Amino acid sequence: MNIVVCVKQIPDPANPYSLDEETHLLVRPEEQVLDDTDRYGVEVGLQLAAETEGTVTLVSMGPAGNMQGIRQALAMGADQAVLIDDSALRGSSSLTTAKILAAAITRNGFDIVIAGTESTDGYTGVVPQQISELLNVPALTFAKKIDVDAGRVSINQQTATGYNVVSADLPAVVTVTAGVVEPRYPTFKGIMAAKSKPVETLSAADLDIADTDAGQSTVSVGAATEREAGLKIEDDGEGHTHIVEKLQELKVI
Amino acid sequence: MVWVFVEESNGAAEPVALELLTKARSLGSVTALFLGPESDAIMAELGDYGASAVVRLSGAGDHLPAASAAAAIAAHAEEQNPSLILFGSTYTGRDVAGRLSVRLDRPVIANAVDVALENGAALVTNEIFGGTKIIKTAVTAASPAIVIARPKAFTPESAGGASPEVSELALPDVGHAGSAIVTDRHAETASGPKLEEAEIVISGGRGIGSAEKFELIEALASKLNAATGATRAIVDAGWVPYSKQVGQTGKTVKPKIYIACGISGAMQHLVGMKDSDTIIAINKDPEAPIFDVADLGIVGDVHTVIPKLIEAL
Repeated sequence: MNIVVCVKQIPDPANPYSLDEETHLLVRPEEQVLDDTDRYGVEVGLQLAAETEGTVTLVSMGPAGNMQGIRQALAMGADQAVLIDDSALRGSSSLTTAKILAAAITRNGFDIVIAGTESTDGYTGVVPQQISELLNVPALTFAKKIDVDAGRVSINQQTATGYNVVSADLPAVVTVTAGVVEPRYPTFKGIMAAKSKPVETLSAADLDIADTDAGQSTVSVGAATEREAGLKIEDDGEGHTHIVEKLQELKVI
Repeated sequence: MVWVFVEESNGAAEPVALELLTKARSLGSVTALFLGPESDAIMAELGDYGASAVVRLSGAGDHLPAASAAAAIAAHAEEQNPSLILFGSTYTGRDVAGRLSVRLDRPVIANAVDVALENGAALVTNEIFGGTKIIKTAVTAASPAIVIARPKAFTPESAGGASPEVSELALPDVGHAGSAIVTDRHAETASGPKLEEAEIVISGGRGIGSAEKFELIEALASKLNAATGATRAIVDAGWVPYSKQVGQTGKTVKPKIYIACGISGAMQHLVGMKDSDTIIAINKDPEAPIFDVADLGIVGDVHTVIPKLIEAL
């Protein structure tokens, strides 16, 4: 089975994010990490590949930097990667991103496309659905569990009140939530192997996409009204009494 | 003309839809695009909140509706040319909005906390970096603008509107893209108040130490008739179900009192709870960012503070 996993390199969320003052774009350091939510998609892809003697191709868009994030996913066991890195795509809308990724996926061929539900840095949460519409396939979103059998994918789809069992014939797009599987840690062997796995770098023009206009523009960035920090008390064994007093003051007890 | 996508939930309109209708009626005449079964009660509710017309998207059956609903809305939009199509940030809302943006070849702006129309063009407000920065984005593409708003961005208020004019729009057959089918539905048994509606929310983070210790959070919640919530970290770790997740991915809550237990206060979490009226935090680490937004912070171990608190209540 030809498995495509959409992944993204993002600035390490452990460090505070900032915007470039002129472009209003997120500052992306040379060294970015694999979005943690993508580890689940990569793991699902690897498990499906193992069951079906398939291959896992990573598809990603964004500044390459030192490729650490892509290498992390390759080190987990993905076979190859396609990265679209083009300065004309900085600040793209989700739709342009989806057009680029869908074009790269079509070029690669696919039976199933797996993605996280949303990236940690941009979190629009619509790119996989846009890709599915561009590829003209069903999107089975928010999978808590996924099975593929005889050319049909079935998921447990997270809902507001529980989950639904949803299925469709392949090809399809599936988005996975964290916790769908336990992502493996790269082994030393995997990390070494990742260094020589093929990574193809493309531009928008390579995919015949000329119109990269986002259709939206940032007009202002400002500070939000900050909530003021209140009282901070070291617990000396009686810390809970302050909470009781607060609850009394708020008349809930 | 502003369109608002509305889903049915337990025999009523999805709560976020009423918030969006309230906002929409301040921007122009409002048409609700309703996905759900025929219901006079819901039609009256939509009218009450400001919809002068309702287009009922019918015929989804057990199929996932997003692909065919997007096709139907796109065709209708090309005829009617609304200025703005508003969605709530729900599972189906995002699925439909994403597909619609491709159908109409328009961008979609997600996670909006406000939206305005200036000379017919949409100006969208987002909060980023855990709500510390406000960013405004103008939609430069031709109308309709497609916007997905966060729940609780607007306060729902009845307008006392009359019953709307209702028409039907049958969902078209879109072939393979619309073929995903729901074969079974499972509802989790929920006890206590609903997380999004509770007046008090008690949430646990990694600082509670283990899945078993979530019992502490539950015990405190039952004392205060509160709902329980969780951070993404402990949901990802499988300690509690996703339905309890509060944050950017997950639910937005605005209770009267939010008690954060063993929660450091990552941006991802703050964005989902920072608008609570009163925030109380218990955390071992005095430097934890949660204390920057807490009205009352106890620097201490949740395993000693919470049992004593439960005892004292």
